[in-house]
Amino acid sequence: MSARELFTFRNPYFSAAVGLAGGLFVVTAVVGFIVLPYAQKDLQFAGLWDAICSAAGLPQRAASVPTARVGPHLSEAVLTPTTLASPSQESIGRGATLAQRCAICHGPTGISRADSPNLAGQYAAVIYKELVDFRAGARTNAVMSPFAVNLTDQEIADLAAYYAYLPRLPAYHPTPQLPKPRIVIYGAPVRGIAPCGACHGSLDNKTGSPWLEGQSETYMKAQLQAFAASRRTNDISQQMRNVARAMTPREIDEAAAYYASQPPEIVKATD
Amino acid sequence: MLVNRKLILAHFWFAFAVFGLALCLGAWQMFVRSPLYTWISNPEWYYRSLTAHGTVMGYVFPTLVAMGFGYAISESALKQPLVGLRWAWGGFWLIVAGAVMAMVPVALGRASVLYTFYPPLIGNAFYYIGVVLVVVGSWVWVALMSINLRVWRRAHPGEPVPLAMFANVAGSYLWAWTAVGAALELLLQIIPVALGLKTTIDAGLARVFFSWTLHAIVYFWLMPTYIAYYTIVPRAIGGRLYSDTMARISFILFLVVAMPIGMHHTFADPQVGAGFKFIHSTFTALVALPTLLTVFTICASVEIAARLRGGRGPFGWISALPWQNPIMLAVAFSFVLLGFGGAGGLINMSYQLDATIHNTQWITGHFHLIFGGAIVIMYFAIAYDLWPHLTGRALPSLALVRTQLWLWFVGMIVTTFPWHWVGILGMPRRMAYYDYSDPAIAPQAFSVTLSAIGAFVLLISGLLFLVILARGMRQGATDAGVWRFSVPVHPVRAVPLALNSYAIWVALMIGLTVTNYGYPILTLATRADTSVPAIYVGAQ
Ligand code: HEM
Ligand SMILES: [Cu+2]
Repeated sequence: MSARELFTFRNPYFSAAVGLAGGLFVVTAVVGFIVLPYAQKDLQFAGLWDAICSAAGLPQRAASVPTARVGPHLSEAVLTPTTLASPSQESIGRGATLAQRCAICHGPTGISRADSPNLAGQYAAVIYKELVDFRAGARTNAVMSPFAVNLTDQEIADLAAYYAYLPRLPAYHPTPQLPKPRIVIYGAPVRGIAPCGACHGSLDNKTGSPWLEGQSETYMKAQLQAFAASRRTNDISQQMRNVARAMTPREIDEAAAYYASQPPEIVKATD
Repeated sequence: MLVNRKLILAHFWFAFAVFGLALCLGAWQMFVRSPLYTWISNPEWYYRSLTAHGTVMGYVFPTLVAMGFGYAISESALKQPLVGLRWAWGGFWLIVAGAVMAMVPVALGRASVLYTFYPPLIGNAFYYIGVVLVVVGSWVWVALMSINLRVWRRAHPGEPVPLAMFANVAGSYLWAWTAVGAALELLLQIIPVALGLKTTIDAGLARVFFSWTLHAIVYFWLMPTYIAYYTIVPRAIGGRLYSDTMARISFILFLVVAMPIGMHHTFADPQVGAGFKFIHSTFTALVALPTLLTVFTICASVEIAARLRGGRGPFGWISALPWQNPIMLAVAFSFVLLGFGGAGGLINMSYQLDATIHNTQWITGHFHLIFGGAIVIMYFAIAYDLWPHLTGRALPSLALVRTQLWLWFVGMIVTTFPWHWVGILGMPRRMAYYDYSDPAIAPQAFSVTLSAIGAFVLLISGLLFLVILARGMRQGATDAGVWRFSVPVHPVRAVPLALNSYAIWVALMIGLTVTNYGYPILTLATRADTSVPAIYVGAQ
């Protein structure tokens, strides 16, 4: 077989195949890159080339609108593999000293009497992220923000190491354990809610998600409501806001009451 | 009896054994996410099972069937000893090793990433390396098919390549090229991250690479089925192939148009431009051509058989067909399933309509109908047809064979029709749990239950298939004669060079890949800001 015999326009198969394939490509390209972009009334193009670039998927806007920053201040916390890697005894010790200021609300053993979160044994990444967010203003609270505002990166890492090191203790006002509500076990797949435990422990733990067992019911309920109303916005990619918005008030009550009634020792000892 | 029966039997037995295991997983998945069961409470088990089921059914099983069938074709159609027998065994063992290597981390829950890999989710490296070994093993087969044809050509200069071998090699070339997409994704992107050499991955680019593989792989799965339509069915039912040329054109068309259309799997992806999606959508319409040609040619061939048996009238001939013959039954079922599946495919391929069923149960319903139904039922037929030539023994009972085919057909309809339906109603796919007490989804409980019942019918049919093959190994010896292919109505004396070789078509396949994929891949690969952090399965 010779290539010269095949690849020539004298070969009817070759010319038909190349003609049809090439022709179809050109026609679909014209329609896809020129006709269809202009057919969309809501798209504005500076010119033909702009339309083609847009259809080709080039991520740029020719009609450049100055992008004013709108909306709330979002979390900028970054956790690298080395941020919290194997804390030293000194780091934990410094954290313990710093934590004296926190004790008034979060308790001398990291267990709160004041409906503030219990921090003893919380994941280091969680403490770290929340402090960074408070410091940057991505999360605000009249009491907490002033404490965080002057912390250095090292101090935040020390505090995270210290609280993660503390043993998990029972809550101050333990309530009788409640059965798991549906929203906690199953989530609500149809509304796009994953089971809480898919991130917060029991099934799996996703970095930055706290464990919730034994936390104050009032506190958890307030946070869920704040997420739902977008008063709290430091959840990355709106992970928690999307969940909280889709929850009914009753589900919020049930979830908060359930987690508050659980002993923290059952949290998976990972992290 | 076939000379290389050991090799072919090894491929078929391994293929069907893993198929049987994966079938059990499929039925289990169907059951646990239906209202018949409460909840497995840990979705990880579901995704573990789904990864195993998808990987086996999508990569291991069809590849082995195509390979075993290909070796049988090479030997019988070319009437020459298989060149490279040792290499063929090497390829087989690579696939066995790869399949085992991939399945161990999956079974341990270290690679629940699903068979589409889903970056930036990253599982254990051995899973991906195992898949690569499976692909490499199959490339050995591609090379052998090409070499065997070349050897034959040298001995028979200018003669028309027997249709079965022509189609077989076309399928192998299609596979060689389409597997490159996933291979690039695995080797350049995923495996370095899985090994910890990198911690970020360009998930958008990875999805584009995967789409390069994902459509044409479907046509690779389909090849044995189409080869059986053309070269086994007419012979098995006592007819003639209506047109040898039409068959060649169909296989050539698959080679050319199966490739440049894969982006219909990325319609919902933001990283691909709308213009390219439109081009791919339009080219997708072309793949209907070879299928329509095939349906026409096979119906004509079947009609010839009926008229030879004394069938009369515009439709009366249908009753004259040998309905007792399992191959007749299989091809009829396959066409019905293909018809419904093809109609559904029209919705998937349309850029606009696809949005209504994207990521819903419709998609899984659709590909089970086409792949599990139309395609796999012909794999059964191929095995039944070849078995006596591999074992030297007759199949135990044709009635049992017919029962098996009927069960598969009915089971597939009962499983997939409600599956499509709940997809239209918006039920998402790839979820481990559905809350059927929720008013939004409660009305779908009935359809999902029906689907699960169908799944158990399929499971019974699949196990029956294995039983028939196993019993077929222990019957009394008979001489099944030579394994032959259908004869066309008009004997093939000469075939135009273009229809007897691949150069133009492979060039066109590669050329269209470049035009339709080149720009999106290049821009994504060269932009610096498209990578995201990898998420390791099971990492904290
Ligand atoms: C007893 C028969 C079968 C049943 C009950 C079954 C069931 C299932 C189920 C429930 C899923 C998961 C759908 C989802 O969660 O979205 C699935 C996925 C899949 N099945 Fe099957 N299946 C069967 C046979 C087959 C066959 C014969 C094939 C092909 C040869 C096949 C290929 C696949 C593939 C490729 C997937 C995709 C996996 C994924 O989405 O990651 N299945 N099957
Ligand atoms: Cu496709």
